[in-house]
Amino acid sequence: MQNVLAIFKKEFKAYFLSPIAYVFITVYLVVTNFLFFQGFFIINQADMRGYFGLLPWVFLFFVPAITMRIWAEEKKVKTLELLLTWPVSDLEVVIGKFLASFCFLGITILLSITVPITIALLGNPDEGAIIGGYIGSLLMGAAYLSIGLWVSSLTENQIVAFIIGVVVTFALFMIGNPFVTMVAPAGAVPLLTYLGLGNHFESVGRGVIDSRDIVYYLSVIGFFLFLNIRSIESRKWE
Amino acid sequence: MNGSNGSVMMDVRQLNKRFGDVHAVRDLTFQVKKGEVFGFLGPNGAGKTTTMRIVTCYIPASSGTISVGGHDTVEHSLDVRKKIGYLPENNPLYNDMMVTEYLKFAGELRGMQGDKLSSRIDEMVQVCGLAKMTGREIGKLSKGYRQRVGLAQAMLHDPDLLILDEPTSGLDPNQIIEIRELIKKIGREKTVIYCSHILSEVSATCTRILIINNGSPVATGTAEELTSQMGSGNQYVLRVRGSGPDIEAKLQGVAGVSSVSASQDNEWASVRVACEGNEDIGESLFRCVVDNRWSLAELKRERASLEEVFTQLTRG
Repeated sequence: MQNVLAIFKKEFKAYFLSPIAYVFITVYLVVTNFLFFQGFFIINQADMRGYFGLLPWVFLFFVPAITMRIWAEEKKVKTLELLLTWPVSDLEVVIGKFLASFCFLGITILLSITVPITIALLGNPDEGAIIGGYIGSLLMGAAYLSIGLWVSSLTENQIVAFIIGVVVTFALFMIGNPFVTMVAPAGAVPLLTYLGLGNHFESVGRGVIDSRDIVYYLSVIGFFLFLNIRSIESRKWE
Repeated sequence: MNGSNGSVMMDVRQLNKRFGDVHAVRDLTFQVKKGEVFGFLGPNGAGKTTTMRIVTCYIPASSGTISVGGHDTVEHSLDVRKKIGYLPENNPLYNDMMVTEYLKFAGELRGMQGDKLSSRIDEMVQVCGLAKMTGREIGKLSKGYRQRVGLAQAMLHDPDLLILDEPTSGLDPNQIIEIRELIKKIGREKTVIYCSHILSEVSATCTRILIINNGSPVATGTAEELTSQMGSGNQYVLRVRGSGPDIEAKLQGVAGVSSVSASQDNEWASVRVACEGNEDIGESLFRCVVDNRWSLAELKRERASLEEVFTQLTRG
């Protein structure tokens, strides 16, 4: 546990050692606020469905940016070789890094609190739906993070990690999209719909948290963290 | 199995490592005793770093076993890693961290905490001469200071076995001497494995040396043993007043001499005498010179340097 905590602290601080964290948070807030409020006054409804609806697309580009550095840098500078000869298990390192990126994403998401405050000043929103939407965003974000983290462990180039991260997340997002399910064989449709990253967010965006969606996101997180451990171990079977 | 033999720190048996078609380490067997400064020597690409990566549990061996302090590197990987302090080749560091912050991170992962950790960090900062650099960003330090940070990290938890892979590469001569002194100081109390391709380094610091080439061991012993093992060792250099061919003929007659070559320089001749065995024939040479009533300006014994031994063993 001390090991996980030490890795977590180090990784979390690393985000704020460079100006990238502040740039990232600013751009995220400006982009999401702009896209949301653009349509907000036209629709003229005091809820955040439109905001949460944006997130699966916004995360597609923002989340791989959070995770691209996390393994690729260690591989490039070769600190990984040092880190893994210290008495820590691969699992502890993976968990520590995941939690650090999760907290960073959590802070970014929570800073958008100005949006519900603004809405509350203008109308009478349903608080339950908004809180549910935030919890759902964190879950979906964590699933995206686990994918980005795994992709970062496959390369020593941050840019490659970012691009492949976007591609993999997008692919997992699209397999459940009507675009694909319309042309897919009928038998595969329920499976594809279930596997698609975005479908589980629709009800969450309305503030409905279904245990099936939670199980889905937790499974995705578990699966990609497992792949991450495997890819760190892969140095052993070269 | 090895726990019973208290004086062995590290036991490597029949170690093999293959990367696809490349056989990086072949049948390597050696032991490092407690308290030794063990030189692990070989040309670049000989398999030194690969061996050290296996010892530090970064990668597993294809076959063979290693035990450190009685623990097997595969079965008790975490126990082994706790005992080892490691300075990898090229000294990778987290460039965006401060020196103390980095040492604190390394210490926490070593299971150290609180006051014990901070007093230990202060001690390492003193020992490694980092006092002025504690608040600096590692990425902005000079190469010499980076090396000290790497050493401080490796020694932080007071390891039983310290593994240094090319610790002086890229340093200037003054820094090399400083780091060498530091290692000697550490070596009085600790077991150290010192990997290098530079002979003078190893012969200056190590009590025992293993030379490997293409992944296989080629020689082992102290620096003196290695030089004397290579029979052709002794040579004598003389400066004698007289005619070269005459001197050559006379010295050839001395017992134990295998070959003589002389070069004339005005009335002085520089003579190089190679002898067969390892015994000291200096006196016989001197007698020969006196008997012939030549003047003698110089008589010097030269032993084959470790450098020559190394080239002979690792050529081709």
